[in-house]
Amino acid sequence: MDTKRRKFLTDSTAMACGAGFFALGLHFYSRSLHALPPNTLRPPGALPEEDFLGACIRCGLCVRDCPFDTLKLAQLGTAVATGTPYFIAREVACEMCEDIPCVVACPTGALDHSLNNIDDARMGLAVLIDQETCLNFLGLRCDVCYRVCPAIDEAITLEIEHNKRSGMHARFLPTVHSDHCTGCGKCEKSCVLEEAAIKVLPVPLAKGSLGKHYRLGWEEKQKAGHSLVNPDTPHQYYLPKGVQYDHAGKGLIKEKTPFSDNPLDTLNKEFTP
Amino acid sequence: MNTLIGAEAITKKGWLKSHRWLLLRRITQISILLLFLLGNFNIFILKGNLSSSVFLDTLPMTDPYLFLQILLTQHYPETQAFLGVLFILICYLIIGGRSYCAWVCPMNIITDSAYWLRYRLNIKNRFTFSRQNRYWLLLITFISSLLTGSLLWELINPVSVLHRGIIFGMGMGWLLILGIFLLDLLIAKRAWCGHLCPVGAFYSLLGKRTKVFTVSAQQRDACNDCMECFVICPEPQVITPALKGAKNNISPNIHSEHCTHCGRCIDICSESVFNFQLNSKNNNKGSSL
Repeated sequence: MDTKRRKFLTDSTAMACGAGFFALGLHFYSRSLHALPPNTLRPPGALPEEDFLGACIRCGLCVRDCPFDTLKLAQLGTAVATGTPYFIAREVACEMCEDIPCVVACPTGALDHSLNNIDDARMGLAVLIDQETCLNFLGLRCDVCYRVCPAIDEAITLEIEHNKRSGMHARFLPTVHSDHCTGCGKCEKSCVLEEAAIKVLPVPLAKGSLGKHYRLGWEEKQKAGHSLVNPDTPHQYYLPKGVQYDHAGKGLIKEKTPFSDNPLDTLNKEFTP
Repeated sequence: MNTLIGAEAITKKGWLKSHRWLLLRRITQISILLLFLLGNFNIFILKGNLSSSVFLDTLPMTDPYLFLQILLTQHYPETQAFLGVLFILICYLIIGGRSYCAWVCPMNIITDSAYWLRYRLNIKNRFTFSRQNRYWLLLITFISSLLTGSLLWELINPVSVLHRGIIFGMGMGWLLILGIFLLDLLIAKRAWCGHLCPVGAFYSLLGKRTKVFTVSAQQRDACNDCMECFVICPEPQVITPALKGAKNNISPNIHSEHCTHCGRCIDICSESVFNFQLNSKNNNKGSSL
């Protein structure tokens, strides 16, 4: 009896220890997967990464229903959690199907079924990350990212700016607007450079966020219909007499002109030694 | 090297009859895999994988074990997953036991091969451990889902890694499967399916009450104590009460939740002691263990 009990105790202890170590190892492995590699995007409607890893059943139905073979299932040993769907924009971008078949296929709602307009998808956020190599920033008219954007003129606009290098041309700067960018990756996919200058990043990586208590004065003023600061005095410079402020960037200028009231003084000026 | 197991049955019943259930199982396992694989050629009869799938674009099927883990991460799945689980649960109420292990799970082919090779090479068991360990692992998978909010076990679950890998690409998964094969071959007999696999443990709990189909030692009086069924059975402990219980008036039906309904004992027995039994009140003799 005693040996039986002893064996039971040693066996259970060994097993509990083994199981504990196993769980610990698994836990550390999973920690290394919690942050998705920055070039990896989840399908449209994917829950935030932490929730997604608990909700995705890893069945691949989204992969099967993707008509463009964009989505892949992560394999063991890669940096993406085993069996979860992803795509790499630089390889294949999301075609933004209007009926969003991948979301419809998801049995668990890891891809949120409340997403019914693909324009509301936020798979990532495009960032023109390298202004030193972007051809448009160099003053050329590449415009490819702007042209391929499914939300052209909303998600990416071209902002015109004086080309200081040539001094006589304009630069058309591709500018991403986060309130329209779905993160489909078309811009990154089609960037003509060896390494894309515009990249789709996970939203938390790409986007800053204001402190929750921050209020933008001008917006608050518009909402309230009047200034919230009392009294609302118009801005005014207190400058020394005879000096004025020039808005064009020249700074303080003296009001006093080099010309006297008598035009003859000016005409004779050339002759004074 | 050991002689081929079941030699007597082969001479007595013929090769085909002594491999009938094995062949049926292999055909079933491979057909299920092929049906999933057809998806790679855009033929969608079975779409998805064993975790969750859709049959002919209408009937959803969802693995209740994974479903439970998802619930534990505090995510509430869509209706499709609920319907899928319901369907599989109904299947289990009808079929029961660990039929999944023997008839569907692709790991079964791997571990059966490992066991076959182990037997042929006469590799001695170096390490024994309790078959209850699978319940510990099962518990860990549930606790880890609850604590981390993520399906931790699915990162390395060999069952889904293998099945998903065959269909969608394996990556480094081969190493894991090879590891299981070597574990079964060199370290411990029937280590994975018989001692560790939490998926099988879960299905054993799920199919515990269902006894519609059972393997039964109806002709146990004919047993000549050749012990081949004990050698071939992946869970040999389930045979003893049914085969040797006549004295104690124990039912000849194998009622253990660990019987995988693989039917190898039926194949291997030269005396035709075993058969599959459709249980009804009439032939459910005696009490179950």
